[in-house]
Amino acid sequence: MSEQVLVCRSDELKEGAVRLCTIGEVEIGVLRHKGSCVAYRNVCPHQGGPVCEGVRMPQVEDVIDENGLFVCQRFNEDDVHIVCPWHGYEFHIDSGEHVIDPKVKLKKYDVVEREGQIYVAI
Amino acid sequence: MLKVTSNRDVANEGFNSSVHLKNAAAQGESRNYDDFMIVDVDAHHYETEAFSEIAEYIDDPVLRREAKFQGMARGGIASMDGSYQEMTGRITRYPERRGEKVPPQPHRDITLMYRWMDALRVDVACMFPTPMLNIVTCPRIEVEVALARAYNRWLCDNILESENGRLKSMLYLPFNDPAACIDIVEKFGSRKGVIGFMVVATHYRSVHDNAYMKLYAMLQERNLPLAFHAAYTWSDKQLSLTNRFMAVHALGFTWHNMLHMTNWLVNGMPERFPKLKIIWIESGLAWVPFLMQRLDNEFMMRSSDAPLLKRIPSDYMREMYYTSQPMEMVNNPKALEVTFEMINAKTQLLYSSDYPHWDMDLPSTIYDLPFLDEQAKRDILGGNAQRLFNLETTLAPGKHERRAQRGVKAAAG
Repeated sequence: MSEQVLVCRSDELKEGAVRLCTIGEVEIGVLRHKGSCVAYRNVCPHQGGPVCEGVRMPQVEDVIDENGLFVCQRFNEDDVHIVCPWHGYEFHIDSGEHVIDPKVKLKKYDVVEREGQIYVAI
Repeated sequence: MLKVTSNRDVANEGFNSSVHLKNAAAQGESRNYDDFMIVDVDAHHYETEAFSEIAEYIDDPVLRREAKFQGMARGGIASMDGSYQEMTGRITRYPERRGEKVPPQPHRDITLMYRWMDALRVDVACMFPTPMLNIVTCPRIEVEVALARAYNRWLCDNILESENGRLKSMLYLPFNDPAACIDIVEKFGSRKGVIGFMVVATHYRSVHDNAYMKLYAMLQERNLPLAFHAAYTWSDKQLSLTNRFMAVHALGFTWHNMLHMTNWLVNGMPERFPKLKIIWIESGLAWVPFLMQRLDNEFMMRSSDAPLLKRIPSDYMREMYYTSQPMEMVNNPKALEVTFEMINAKTQLLYSSDYPHWDMDLPSTIYDLPFLDEQAKRDILGGNAQRLFNLETTLAPGKHERRAQRGVKAAAG
């Protein structure tokens, strides 16, 4: 049975921002992205970096035309990543899965937003 | 009576193009330039000062972001050093490091070194420069030599002399000038904190050139290791065919050391300088088993090409030293274990972090390996280096404090 722990008021977590909170022994990052909130343990599965403190970057794509020729690169803004600031490991912000190997993933926590407050389920 | 009609404080007035060129304006006046049109067909501005505006006009959004991050000034996006090692801002310590606050004393570099060392629980670190590694590719050899001498003297005087024994260095040798290398070993070989000498691998000199034999003999006699520190350069003709940093880095950091290792072996250097300790730095480990197999196979058929060797090349390679980072360990622990066996890692592998660079490795990359016992982990993390460099047992002050709190009486060692 999980317990919902109050993190902060909803208006304290602006779009694109992250709130780091320690619950027990665990540091958790609560991130707001496209209006919703997600929460992950602030430890990268690679070497333990503070993954929630990194930048957000969209997926980079190579654009190849119908003849197989390279055209340019572009960002896919529909697929934003959390980037670990230690080594650059990138994780889909919605799932916490590494962008190449989904078995490598962040520890995810449920987030509940109600009555103007944000709670993390532990 | 003459009077002063203008009185300028040049040092403090600030630069203004109109003032700077007032004599030109006077020429125009005296020559009546006002009476006709003048056209200048080759003039310049420094668009780099507006580069952030120009970058907005780059069509490719990924390249636009990179250009804005790197800029266009010296070392910018179009230069030979125009890498994006920091992954266009993804590795945040690159841009944010510059603003890190430190106390007035000790030297900023000592404080910053101690901070990361204490966090990683590293007690002693061998420090190397970052951009100044690339002076090896400077076409002006006298510039490389002058910068090498300056850096080595500065490092010894300001860092190694003044701190308490936790910081060491293998000093930069300007390999393009063999005589200067010898001079530097003579001048700096016994300075405090100097534990060996280092050659950056991105040079275009053969390591078996007779010009270097005196250098190797000196190092052997002084029991000072010689390290080849890997690097990359986009100015390398072959590597200039790559277009992404990952490619030039993955190949460059291994290729140059593979080349020098091969020449070192084929020309029998381990037999000519059997007590000279050789270290291969920052090429990772995966290249070593490849080269062992490749050279052993060819040597068995063409031993006449390397007549000084009395054993197969891999036997000599197993007696050299390797730093661990960047350790290739993605999803293939079996390959890593075999690599450790092939290089005799328990005695020859030296932990290295490469901090603060983007592909740095923590001590846990060694300590968490399931196929090593506790003694092997401790040897790779410190014991092997302590024996190789003849280091005194040194623990960071923070370790002493925590051990005292835990009631640990015996000193480590």
